[in-house]
Amino acid sequence: MKKRYAAERRFKAAGFTAVVFSVAVLAILLVTMTINGIGGFQRVTVKVPVNFGNVSLAVPEGMTQTGAIVRSLQDQGLPDLVEYSAQRELGEEAATYVNPDAWRLVAEAAVDDPAVLSGTRTFNLPVTNRMAAAYSGDGQADLQPLARSLAADGKLTKSFDSGFLTRSDATDAQQVGIWAALKGSMLTMVVTLALAFPIGVLAALYLEEYAPRNRWTELIEVSINNLAAVPSIIFGLLGLAVFLAIFPHMRSAPLIGGMTLALMTMPVIVISGRNAIKAVPPSIRDGAMALGASPVQVVFHHVLPLALPGILTGTIIGMARALGETAPLLMIGMRAFVATPPDGFTDPATVLPVQIFLWSDEIDRGFVERTSAAIIVLLLFLLVMNGLAIYLRNRFEKKW
Amino acid sequence: MSPALLLLLALGLGLIGWLAARARAWSFRRAQPERRLAALPSYHGWYVALWVVVPAALFALVWNLVAPQLIVQSVLADPAAASLPPFGMQRDTMLAEARAVATGAAPAVFNPAAEGLIAPFREAITRFNAIGLVVTLLIAFAAGAFAFLRLKPDFTARTRVERGVMFGLLLASLVAILTTLGIVASLVFETVRFFGMINPIDFLFGTHWGPDPMSSADNPDPSRYGALPLFWGTIYIGAIIAMIVAIPLGLMSAIYLTQYASPRWRKWLKPTLEILAGVPTVVYGYFAALTVAPLVRDLALSVGVTNASSESALAAGLVMGVMIIPFVSSMADDSIAAVPQAMRDGSLAMGATTSETIRRVLIPAALPGIVAGVMLAISRAIGETMIVVMAAGAAANLTANPLEAMTTVTFQIVAMLTGEGSFDHPATLSAFALGFVLFLVTLALNFIALRVVKRFREAYE
Repeated sequence: MKKRYAAERRFKAAGFTAVVFSVAVLAILLVTMTINGIGGFQRVTVKVPVNFGNVSLAVPEGMTQTGAIVRSLQDQGLPDLVEYSAQRELGEEAATYVNPDAWRLVAEAAVDDPAVLSGTRTFNLPVTNRMAAAYSGDGQADLQPLARSLAADGKLTKSFDSGFLTRSDATDAQQVGIWAALKGSMLTMVVTLALAFPIGVLAALYLEEYAPRNRWTELIEVSINNLAAVPSIIFGLLGLAVFLAIFPHMRSAPLIGGMTLALMTMPVIVISGRNAIKAVPPSIRDGAMALGASPVQVVFHHVLPLALPGILTGTIIGMARALGETAPLLMIGMRAFVATPPDGFTDPATVLPVQIFLWSDEIDRGFVERTSAAIIVLLLFLLVMNGLAIYLRNRFEKKW
Repeated sequence: MSPALLLLLALGLGLIGWLAARARAWSFRRAQPERRLAALPSYHGWYVALWVVVPAALFALVWNLVAPQLIVQSVLADPAAASLPPFGMQRDTMLAEARAVATGAAPAVFNPAAEGLIAPFREAITRFNAIGLVVTLLIAFAAGAFAFLRLKPDFTARTRVERGVMFGLLLASLVAILTTLGIVASLVFETVRFFGMINPIDFLFGTHWGPDPMSSADNPDPSRYGALPLFWGTIYIGAIIAMIVAIPLGLMSAIYLTQYASPRWRKWLKPTLEILAGVPTVVYGYFAALTVAPLVRDLALSVGVTNASSESALAAGLVMGVMIIPFVSSMADDSIAAVPQAMRDGSLAMGATTSETIRRVLIPAALPGIVAGVMLAISRAIGETMIVVMAAGAAANLTANPLEAMTTVTFQIVAMLTGEGSFDHPATLSAFALGFVLFLVTLALNFIALRVVKRFREAYE
């Protein structure tokens, strides 16, 4: 008897361990990403006062495009001025560790407010990757004393980098941002939603409410169930072989990515939509029918509105999966280096998960933090979407 | 004219048609108040609006696909195009450059020879846009007028609109079949092309994998296209290592959550476990490459394995197993819940402890469902891409050592299609053949699993 109770306890403990282990892995994953990612939201900068008094830099009259102004300031010698100011402030050697693209920050400040280009202003300029690594205490040892002395003077600091959310991809870990990828993700999701939601809901309505029981209907049901289980990379192959054959000029465009993901998301919406429609009690249909509504009126005036919260929950979950999807988008070429945010559905773009994948391939230590930071942003988006789905389910789901 | 503008235009015309037709239906009613209309005025409106929008939108869609070719055709007919090289890459780039300048996408041409083509391009684009716009409008008006003239007090607009709606519903559900057909057709087509260059026997049973996308495409070396190491790597990582992690953990989690945990804990633990399934695979891949793989390597080095690499099948398989846990757990949960309560009560009444009941009664009774769940989990694991791409390595090794780098079918599909190889090269086409194999295997696993689940459900009903 004692033995049996001991076995009982062991079994229960094993079950508990399994749950704890799974939760622990999740916790470790999240904690690792957070610890690494916090650094990704910051960057190391040096304080450099730039004196515009002795030079005549100005934003040309009538010029409004950011890119044109930045180019014009470059031609007027802004990079040299920034380099000179850095040398005066930090000395010859330390100035070489100011990021070569640092002048762009000054130029962009001038775009926002041309009055910047008069008098002396202090800027927090990004440093090079090597200096950033030295500040964090790794990288080459010979740079660390310099980094320490600059930090002791209060010139070298690490602070929150708001530009990470507004800049785009770059080759330099100090200069990267996720805005282009985020915008690409949004455009792609818009296409996916615009295609998958109507098609998915209509198909679910047809299969649940109207479809005659015959071989065709069965074929449709079998293909939907199979599509839901097909590996996502196969959808990428489909997008490559079909969509890119039809639109050869749209490699890596959000339109193609969205279409590919829509095919992947549609079965998810159909399946959850059918469950939601099934949950609407038949008495509602019978009541509407009895009052003289036609079958189409019954469905569109009564069944669909009642099933909508459930359908929306399923749609959001499907969209969350599409947002985190990487492999099919790699197939259709959304892995290009995209340094300018896409302006439309046909511009070359990348998406957040692919950006994470691309950064994870970089050797530079600075990209580890940036990758984790991008992962945090992605996970936050997914958290919000899933939270919304749970809220919808709890708020609107009716028990009949 | 951009497609979005055309669409807006069609919708605007549709709105006008809707309002006009509804007003007409109201006028019928006012003219003969004693006579009932056969359909509500708004259905008359919908009838006309559908006629206005659908044909025009269909035409606009087709026009957008066809117009670029027509534009190029007309540019080539221009005398300025006579100076173009007769065929090949250069011709295409020159045309693309001239088009980019003509549409304002690029400031200037790179190749001065393309300069002369800009004007013809601009002219052709304007002309064809105008043609498209005019024809779209004509179609919208003609179809709208046709529908409008049919409106009569006894016109059964509702049945006709509903017939249209039903047709739309049917079309939407056919998209699923079309997608399946599209997948099968594209995979089969490219696979047949591939097997035209490489013997299927060499592909399926060869033991050396090392396609060279840069080699000559005419005369490929079949001994470099042996996919057996890939199949082995896929099975080893997805069906063996991942399952060693996922089956016990998933099953025990399901048992604990359904049989032991108090409802309050269950309410919290179950969604927490499901978060594991919601984490994007690219995040798992990064986690595997950044944290798990170095850990596995250090562990291997500390127990005396000398050649441990930082990319190992073990790291990828472990992380994949964790990803699959909630999948196995929820399938096991369902099948245990499907076992009739009477069986459980009977066992407990005979004096068995809870764990004995679970092991001797519930699990054997739920076994078909659990096995089906495991099969679905395997099909998901072998189709998983990002984890293996980021953590498993690229070397095609036919070995049972989990510490060595191993490559999988999905990894090679990505590798072959993201390289620079041309679309006619067997190395590129091999990705489609691999995809076809993957598709068939996952399809078979799913099919069998769903059959088993269905039969199992019926057994207890």
